[in-house]
Amino acid sequence: MTSVSTSPQFKSNVQQALHDTQLQKALANVRHTVIDRRAVAAAALPEFEELRDQARDIRNHVLEHLDLYLARYEQKVVECGGHVHFARDSREACNIITGIAKARGAKTVTKGKSMVSEEIGLNEALERAGIEAIETDLGEYIIQLRGETPSHIIMPAVHLNQEDVEQEFRRQHRHLDSARNLDDAETLLAEARGILRDKFIAADIGVTGANFLVAETGSSIIVTNEGNGDLTQTLPKVHIVVASIEKVTPNLEDAAAIIRVLARSATGQDMSVYTTFSTGPRRTDDVDGPEEYHVVLVDNGRSAMIGTEFQDMLRCIRCGACMNHCPVYHAVGGHAYGWVYPGPMGAVLTPSLIGVDKGGHLPNASTFCGRCEDACPVRIPLPKLMRHWREREFERHLPPLRFRTGLAIWGYFARRPRLYRAATSMTMRALSWLGRKRGHLTKLPLAAGWTDHRDFAAPQGKTFQAQWKKQRRNQGRKRS
Amino acid sequence: MKPHSDLFETGNGVTSSAPDPQAGGSPPVRPRVALMVTCLVDLIRPSAGFAAVKLLEDAGCEVVVPSQTCCGQPAYNSGDKQTARSLALQIMDGFAGCDFIVAPSGSCAGMAAKHFPDLFADDPNLSGRARAFAAKTHELVSFLTDVMDVESVDVRFKGKVTYHDSCAGLREMGIKSQPRKLLASIDGLELVEMKDAEVCCGFGGTFATKYGDISNAIVTEKTGNITESGADMLLAGDLGCLMNMAGKLSREGKKIEVRHVAEVLAGMTDTPPIGGSEDEHVSADKEQGR
Repeated sequence: MTSVSTSPQFKSNVQQALHDTQLQKALANVRHTVIDRRAVAAAALPEFEELRDQARDIRNHVLEHLDLYLARYEQKVVECGGHVHFARDSREACNIITGIAKARGAKTVTKGKSMVSEEIGLNEALERAGIEAIETDLGEYIIQLRGETPSHIIMPAVHLNQEDVEQEFRRQHRHLDSARNLDDAETLLAEARGILRDKFIAADIGVTGANFLVAETGSSIIVTNEGNGDLTQTLPKVHIVVASIEKVTPNLEDAAAIIRVLARSATGQDMSVYTTFSTGPRRTDDVDGPEEYHVVLVDNGRSAMIGTEFQDMLRCIRCGACMNHCPVYHAVGGHAYGWVYPGPMGAVLTPSLIGVDKGGHLPNASTFCGRCEDACPVRIPLPKLMRHWREREFERHLPPLRFRTGLAIWGYFARRPRLYRAATSMTMRALSWLGRKRGHLTKLPLAAGWTDHRDFAAPQGKTFQAQWKKQRRNQGRKRS
Repeated sequence: MKPHSDLFETGNGVTSSAPDPQAGGSPPVRPRVALMVTCLVDLIRPSAGFAAVKLLEDAGCEVVVPSQTCCGQPAYNSGDKQTARSLALQIMDGFAGCDFIVAPSGSCAGMAAKHFPDLFADDPNLSGRARAFAAKTHELVSFLTDVMDVESVDVRFKGKVTYHDSCAGLREMGIKSQPRKLLASIDGLELVEMKDAEVCCGFGGTFATKYGDISNAIVTEKTGNITESGADMLLAGDLGCLMNMAGKLSREGKKIEVRHVAEVLAGMTDTPPIGGSEDEHVSADKEQGR
């Protein structure tokens, strides 16, 4: 039931993305704004680097004691009158949620933005159960209308331009005046708000994700910029929090410490507009809130990462800084990655959750430029973890035969310096001769991936080592 | 000290000063520097290797060039740890007996300085050696400025250059100000910064051929920024990145010379630029009025 993946077709996804002029236009818009904003926010806070260390340490501490904090969190939620459900995989998680919905006779569910709900394929499951799911985050709402998945973990519709949204609204909101003005972002926002307002009021159940699950208090915390999360969780009679198990945090101080790096890393804001806490159902003296409060904790492969070289990935707080800074993401966008989580964090997490046989391209499609690790607020060594996947793939002979053979031949020569020098000297002189006129070659056998796009600089001729050896020998002769 | 029969001695008989690379104060006196020339410079652009030798010798180093093939990074980044380990060991054996290991590449220096220790972390016999080797390894330009206290180079050059910060050099080895400082000391050289100088050029080793289309999209962005800078020469400290950018500039028909930064710092720009021909180079010389 886990959301369908096209990661195995990464290469054709890439082709499509590179030739999609509309997508390329949208990507050009995002290439700088968030990066610059993050840089300004980080520079404005003298203790930013220390806060990153602190956030990393808190997350590491949680992962070392995950069982303890999950048990404490569960106990607190129950004490506050809520219910906690543990789901091993997507199917279990969806069954739990559709089960609650059916028991309440629910017809519509409003949703706050939640990547784990994308991961478990919740909207499809609800649909199959005859329940309408309505995304209420503006970006999520837009892509739901278009039948798309998010292309970014915090800016789900970042692959779209304003005119794409306008077109979609005109196509979908047929009951509105077709001659209405939709020229600017604010008008589009107002239209979506008007439509969603009715949905919020009509919803039987509200589903939100969680940025943090606080073990000390049993609270879940979401950070949002639109306020849709608040309406989603306070208006309906039932509130369901769906979150992955590693979101648990010891206490409010620790959550606050991580919040200080979260929005700064994500959007460059000091804090997101809303930081919303929910703790159990409505109490007798509360003015509002749900009658029922459920938390669905999803494992879906995460506990199997604990104790492996991929444990560090579970520190991730889903800020999106890694993809914002990634040249590969900038080039192809999020959908090319083929599953829920794009960019560098997705390149590590996807093989963990759906298998390296399916997600194997992703950790390979990286230049290891290291900008993601530089930007990561919890200092996940993303290139190193991608390299670990490459090691696993190599052990299992997953890379293409041609690549493995090439690597083996190169390795054979590189381990035998004399043979290597003889072979390379000959090859370099041949290439040098071939490129003697222009100084470069426009075609090279076995290197079409290079020469399809750019010229190959011709070698100068004799290798450095050959020239150096001769030079030193001559100098020795002169002296003696 | 291990015997190093494969070393090509400089033959001047000066003994090493065995300096402590971490110590502050004055630079080491005539340190024995083993040049890790890197496979790309060795095979494709030896002139950049000779420029490195000149810079090191001018800074007062004794330069030796041990027999070498590759640092093993292609294997390491392809997941072939076993080949990576044996190549790393080959380098560590071949380069024994030197005060410093210096490479005209942030990427290859980074491989030794940051990743050799990881490769042997589980091997009690080699982990200490790998760490000691890592501590002695430097990228060329940062070695000149940070260890040898080189403040300037005595070179004249007429032209407008831009400098690309190669990823491993920048993010693994902390190279940013060092090349700019030395370039600024060159009479007649104007350094203009391109937009996004710190963004990857899309090379990434085998990535450039395995995912040629993505690599192309990234390098196209880069050559756009290079062109916009108005510079007539592009410099960087890593030959892989340079070949990628030079190859794209040449395919786009742009007349921007591309060189390893060591060539300009050493005043050795009489060879044709990377990917360029003798003819083009001669005409470029005339334009620059050299």
